[in-house]
Amino acid sequence: MSLLQLSNVSGGYGPVQVLHGIDLAVEEGHVAVVLGANGAGKTTTLRAISGVIPTRGEILFDGRPINGRRPEAVARLGIAHVPQGRGTFTELTVEDNLRVGAVNRRDDQIESDLARWFEVFPRLGERRHQLAGSMSGGEQQMLALARAMMARPRLLLLDEPSLGLAPLVTRDLFAHLGELNRQEGLTVLVVEQNANLALEVGHWGYVLESGRIVVQGPAAQLHDDESVRKAYLGF
Amino acid sequence: MSAPVDKSDTTVEAPAAGDGAGTAPAGTPPLWPPVPARVRAVRVVIGVVLAAAALYAPYYFEPATNRLLSQALYIAIAAMGLNLLTGFNGQVSIGHGAFFGVGAFTTAILMVDHGWTFELTIPVAAALSALVGLAVGFPALRVRGLYLALITLGLAVLFPRLTMKYVDGTGGVALLRPARSQFDSLLTFLDDDQWAYGLCLVALVVLGVLARNLVHSRMGRALVAVRDQEIAATTVGVNLAATKVTTFAISAAYAGVAGSLSVMVDRLADGTNPILYFQRSIEFLVAVVIGGSATILGPVVGALLLVALRRNTEDLIEGKEVLAPALYGAALIAIVFVLPDGVVGGFRRLLARWAAAPSNQEDH
Amino acid sequence: MNLFTEQVLNGVGNGVVYGSVALALVLIFRTTSVLNFAQGEMALFSTYISWKLTTEGLPVVGAIALSAAIAFVGGAVIERLLIRPVEEARSPLNVVIVTLGLFLGLNSLAQLVFGTDPQLMPSPFPSGEVAGIDKDTIGLIVVLLAECALLWLLLQKTRIGLKLRAVASNPESSRLHGINAGTVLMLGWALSAAIGAIAGSLVASERTGFDASLMQQILVYAFAAAALGGFDSLIGAVVSGLIIGVADALTIEYVEALDGIEVVLPLGLILVVLLVRPNGLFGKRTVERV
Repeated sequence: MSLLQLSNVSGGYGPVQVLHGIDLAVEEGHVAVVLGANGAGKTTTLRAISGVIPTRGEILFDGRPINGRRPEAVARLGIAHVPQGRGTFTELTVEDNLRVGAVNRRDDQIESDLARWFEVFPRLGERRHQLAGSMSGGEQQMLALARAMMARPRLLLLDEPSLGLAPLVTRDLFAHLGELNRQEGLTVLVVEQNANLALEVGHWGYVLESGRIVVQGPAAQLHDDESVRKAYLGF
Repeated sequence: MSAPVDKSDTTVEAPAAGDGAGTAPAGTPPLWPPVPARVRAVRVVIGVVLAAAALYAPYYFEPATNRLLSQALYIAIAAMGLNLLTGFNGQVSIGHGAFFGVGAFTTAILMVDHGWTFELTIPVAAALSALVGLAVGFPALRVRGLYLALITLGLAVLFPRLTMKYVDGTGGVALLRPARSQFDSLLTFLDDDQWAYGLCLVALVVLGVLARNLVHSRMGRALVAVRDQEIAATTVGVNLAATKVTTFAISAAYAGVAGSLSVMVDRLADGTNPILYFQRSIEFLVAVVIGGSATILGPVVGALLLVALRRNTEDLIEGKEVLAPALYGAALIAIVFVLPDGVVGGFRRLLARWAAAPSNQEDH
Repeated sequence: MNLFTEQVLNGVGNGVVYGSVALALVLIFRTTSVLNFAQGEMALFSTYISWKLTTEGLPVVGAIALSAAIAFVGGAVIERLLIRPVEEARSPLNVVIVTLGLFLGLNSLAQLVFGTDPQLMPSPFPSGEVAGIDKDTIGLIVVLLAECALLWLLLQKTRIGLKLRAVASNPESSRLHGINAGTVLMLGWALSAAIGAIAGSLVASERTGFDASLMQQILVYAFAAAALGGFDSLIGAVVSGLIIGVADALTIEYVEALDGIEVVLPLGLILVVLLVRPNGLFGKRTVERV
């Protein structure tokens, strides 16, 4: 049974429906990639999972239905969502940002986790008492990732992490992502326009077009398939 | 800003490219959406009916009501001006009462101390208010949203103090009452109160048309661009400072004209009340919001609604006058709840929905 | 003592009043990002409740504490019923209108329920002076400092405080981290209402009588103090209140030219400070993110 399963999910914004019957599954320990052009419905898919928008159809997390639940509730089930724009708490310090990630945890390992992420992302450690809003895009993305990880989530939803980032920084980011997946068995659903990098890290890929899944398959296959690449992925 | 969830049920475009990144704040009406022919027809009909009513009103009503209507009209003018600054340009001001006061006292002083004819004082009042607006607009560049609102609030509080100190009216207080005769109707077939109403109406229409033209011009786009995304606006060549300061000056001028007209309608310029101009500022803001910001007609509707509300809550409870502000406050809250886009905004949505209904669809 | 010192102390007395209301304003802004025009009138209503409780026989401190508790609940209710539906909808201007509506409504309601005659609010502090300063004033300063300290501890060192700050900074993102933004906002309003209740009651107790106009003169100065200190600094609000109070008193005494328009001073002060430090004297909010 997949960790996350969407069955015939439709939804959107008021009278404008964006998703039309999406079927999608993410296996535990996998990195699933959702690709597509602007306006295809990638971000909306993540919002649907998080409960930010109302949906029809079924969304199962670990076998239990979560559609219709409020975002706070979905998050507490162990789903961490890094939105587009990174969701930085700009008026809080870097350290406080990370603590927000752990705000619902009751265990005693929060401090050690904090130390750990400062080690993995040394630049965050250097700026731990700085206001998060003063950091660059790339640093904020790292911060968002670390903050999401502070919640020790079972599923990580990432919305276009490469947006606005320099290529080297993006490469770095996906490298971290890959490591987290390999070392921790973190399950990830990443939505991206930068298909190349995402598919290299991913296990399974979906291509979204106008709110429908048009192609899916093993990531490596999608990456290498000439026709798919040309038609949908632009490279 | 955080990813906006557009819960509106208008037929406005869905969050476009990128599913929400960097678009205008949720709920902002699209700039100039194409207006379907059906809707345009309805608007024309409404416009004609309103115009007829507006022209006929002064003959039908008695002077006291005409006075009320005239008040609504000059409040509408000030609100329109404020809307240019706040609704279209995004600079929140709680100080337009001060510009209003500048206009009022310019007129009053010219009339009382120098014997000017009322009508000639209006342009001077406008010019002076514009100058003050300019003077405020410059430092306003440096100050953001919240703080700007508070500084302008300070202006509204400061103004009556200035008048109390420097203006010498009848009996030594800062109250100026130009003689009744100075407001005589210039047209023989109109009574004084009808003349006052007429002047206000003409001013409103003229300034309204000007506002509309401004908003639809390049300058207008610049205004809105500055409101929505300042940095982006500069990249397309908008001179940020010039736009913001000019808008301030223009909107102050509107308030000044309103103030000037108020001297005719109310027959006085009152500088003795320390919170009067603050109250005026709030009035204008309320008119803008409940009428519908970022629309031309909104402030007008808002002003009418405001005066009507105030009048009715005052009349409603005999003997318990102290309850009137509570009812008034409750009414304001209710309106904002039911019509978050203001009356005009809500009306437009209704019209759009009606026009989009399958039975009303035209073949395109 | 000489005139100067006397005026300074006078100013401190007033300044403390401004600072106490400014504190509530800043608190609610820091936790909910709302500029609450009704803050003064909410405090007024609570003050009347405190007074009413003392007439029913409660000791002053108990009355104020109970009134603060009632205000706590009242603030939460106001947020849930009146503010939240509007905040989720459109522009922040709508929320401003609601607070204005509240301003009018609460003031008139207070007059209706409690009457328009001036009332006497007993003081929890002993009477007399210490080194020329009223014990009332000292008491108020001590209370304010204690409030600042407690609030600081709450906001900076507790989990709920972190939630409060997170929601104020980015409500949407907070939700995605499992924070119930709605509950947190209610808490923000509840706390400021309670602080306001204490401020109003103590301010009223310093005077020889209070009525429904108690807060109206103060509110503008309180806003000025909040702005001067920078809207996200609690201690800044208190200090700025003092600055404005003292500056005002000195201006009244020494600057003839500004006679009658002393209010120019706090305004001018704010303007100058904001031009140099757009976030206020103590503020540290990052200005617009693109």
